[in-house]
Amino acid sequence: MSAVRGVADRDPGLQPERTRLAWRRTTLSSTVAAVLAVKTALHGGASAAGIVACALVCALWLAFLLLAHRRIRALAATPAPTALPPRQAALAVLCAMATAVCAAALVV
Amino acid sequence: MIAFVRNVRLWFAPEQVREEGSTPDYRFSLANERTFLAWLRTALALIGGGFAVDQFLPDLRWGWRVGLALALLAAGVLCSLRAVNHWMRCERAMRRGEDLPASRFPALLSVVVALVAVAMVAVVLLGWAG
Repeated sequence: MSAVRGVADRDPGLQPERTRLAWRRTTLSSTVAAVLAVKTALHGGASAAGIVACALVCALWLAFLLLAHRRIRALAATPAPTALPPRQAALAVLCAMATAVCAAALVV
Repeated sequence: MIAFVRNVRLWFAPEQVREEGSTPDYRFSLANERTFLAWLRTALALIGGGFAVDQFLPDLRWGWRVGLALALLAAGVLCSLRAVNHWMRCERAMRRGEDLPASRFPALLSVVVALVAVAMVAVVLLGWAG
C-alpha cells in the first residue's frame, strides 16, 4: 500500500529527476572541456604556464562537480525542492567563465 | 546595462529575491533551472569548440587559428553570462507574475554560429584547393 502511495506522491512529470539529469549532462560537458584542456596543455611539449592553466581547469572541473553534487542532493531531499539559489547559479557560471579564460591562456 | 548590473547584485543576494512576489510552483522553477543548464551546456560546448579549433586545425595559419579559437571562447563567456542573467530575470518575472522576458540572444547566437560554420567550410575548401 505504501508503495502505491509513494508513486502517487511523486510528480508525474518527474521534474526533479529531469533536473538531476540536466545537471549530470552539464557536468559531462564540463568534463569534455577539461579533457580538451589537458590535451591542449600536453600537446607539443608542456610548458610551466600550460601546466598551471591545466591544473586550474581541473580544479574548476572539480568545483563544478561538487556544486552539481550538492544541488542533486538538495533535489533528492524533498518531494518539492526549492528553486536553485542564485549564488549557486552564479558559481556554476563563474566556473565556466574561468575555464574559458584558462583556455584563452592555453591557446594563445 | 544598468539593469544588468542590478541583476548581478541579486545573484549574490538570494534573500532579496525571496522578498519579491510569491514563490511559484516548484516545477516552474525547475524548468527554468533546466533551461539555464541547457544554456550553460551551450557555453561549455562553445568553449570546447575553441579548444577543438586550436587542436584539430593544425594546418591553419596561426592568426586565423587563434582568432577563431578566441572568438569561440568569447562566445562561450557571453553565453554563460547571458544564461545566468536570463535565468534570474525569468525567476523574478515568475515571482511577480509577469510575462517571461523576451530575448534577442538565441537569434544572435544562431547567426554567429552559422557565420562561423560557413567560414570553416570556406577555410577547409580553400585549404584543399591551395
